[in-house]
Amino acid sequence: MADVNRGNRPLSPHLQVYRPQLTSITSILTRITGNALLLSMLMIVCWLIGAASGPDAFAAVDGIVTSWLGILIFALSIWALWYHFLAGIRHLIWDSGVGLDVPTAEKLGWACVIGSGVLWVVTLIALALF
Amino acid sequence: MSYMTDRKRADRWGSAKSGTQHFWRVKVQSVALLVLIPLFLIAVAPIIGADYAAVTDHFARPLPALIAALTITVSFLHFADGFQVLVEDYVHGIWEKVLIIGMTCLCWGASAVAIFAIARMAL
Repeated sequence: MADVNRGNRPLSPHLQVYRPQLTSITSILTRITGNALLLSMLMIVCWLIGAASGPDAFAAVDGIVTSWLGILIFALSIWALWYHFLAGIRHLIWDSGVGLDVPTAEKLGWACVIGSGVLWVVTLIALALF
Repeated sequence: MSYMTDRKRADRWGSAKSGTQHFWRVKVQSVALLVLIPLFLIAVAPIIGADYAAVTDHFARPLPALIAALTITVSFLHFADGFQVLVEDYVHGIWEKVLIIGMTCLCWGASAVAIFAIARMAL
């Protein structure tokens, strides 16, 4: 090891020549959805402090939260929330040492993609009705 | 021919310093959120968009107030730890520290604001 040839090793995959796979896309989506959820959570905190401060402050914050942009952010966040939720379960499964072979990992990936879509639609319908 | 030893090459380059604690903390948060997020979607999410009186009445009830406070607090701890890993992977140098410290402060601050707001409506 001390005198190993360090100049002729395979390079790690570069983004420009990297063929996306289900496992890599579902992995990066976990990180993107998790961090993107910060936006809607901060909106909820603003909405709460507005409601605690009085009717005028609430009206100002509620105007932003219930604007088309606010509703769009919340609607997309519900998908991100379910995706991150299912991907988190997938990580808990992997952390227990099972499901690490490629066929199972890909099945779990599809479970995250399809499951989050189904749960998203169900949640949007439920929130629209109640 | 190099006289550098393996130890000398590896020194200071290790990634594992307090990683297991961080990993375990995130794991505990994620399990807690598996319970809290569905409760939040049932007990808190439907009231977003309602009028002022309905919202303040809603958080005067104990369960919505507790579920909202717990979900928001645990979520922000999870955000702070998750964002730290994102920054550690992609940003280095002074900005790595600035972003991690800034996000940690934002997360603690935002949870304090949320708890204060909920407590004010609940009590």
